[in-house]
Amino acid sequence: MRNVRIESGAFDPHALTSNLAKSCPEAGGIASFLGAVRAGGGVQALELSHYEPLTMAGMELLADDAFARFDLMGLSMVHRVGHMVPGDPIVCVAAASRHRRDAIATIDFCMDHLKSAAWFWKRELREGSWHWIEPRAQDYSDKDRWEK
Amino acid sequence: MAVTILFLGPLRDLAGEETREVPAPLDWAGLLDAAGPLVAEQLASERVNVACGGKVLSDKHGLNAQDGDEVALLPPVSGG
Repeated sequence: MRNVRIESGAFDPHALTSNLAKSCPEAGGIASFLGAVRAGGGVQALELSHYEPLTMAGMELLADDAFARFDLMGLSMVHRVGHMVPGDPIVCVAAASRHRRDAIATIDFCMDHLKSAAWFWKRELREGSWHWIEPRAQDYSDKDRWEK
Repeated sequence: MAVTILFLGPLRDLAGEETREVPAPLDWAGLLDAAGPLVAEQLASERVNVACGGKVLSDKHGLNAQDGDEVALLPPVSGG
């Protein structure tokens, strides 16, 4: 099973993971990661934009890489765009494999690339004004460790 | 006819608009000129990519956009 999507509205990350598990009955390991809008720091809203001609193709290539690199039975990767509020899911990656390590490494690999190598930009609304979120140096080093 | 320049992410704020139409053809020098000084300064950074016709250019300095092309200016990303 392979499910790669960009969603402009709310999605249910738990359904995503349970559907993946159901579709991969021979998987002994299901791992999932959910990224959500953080509360606190005065954040009222988060807005994610993307460049459609590149974003979806880039996510499909990332899924291809994950299937080539790890022993996978299934992969779901869903990323939100648009307007979100604290608590809303932003991204969910779920992977199914025969043994646990491939599933765990897959979600780590996919998230490191979604953070700093997929065509998304985000900004936060704090105290009534919008602030663009810059990638952190660690986001780049997290991704680069897969290239060794 | 025209080339459409698309300002993504924070570059949109610097440009003051989301898109700008300029006459074709458009090369690197023409892009720097059309984008304005604030965006041109960002374009000098290696971390800012340029896509033409839906493909990221491996050498943005070799930009050669033709009539009808969309030139997207892509600042450092922040997904997830």
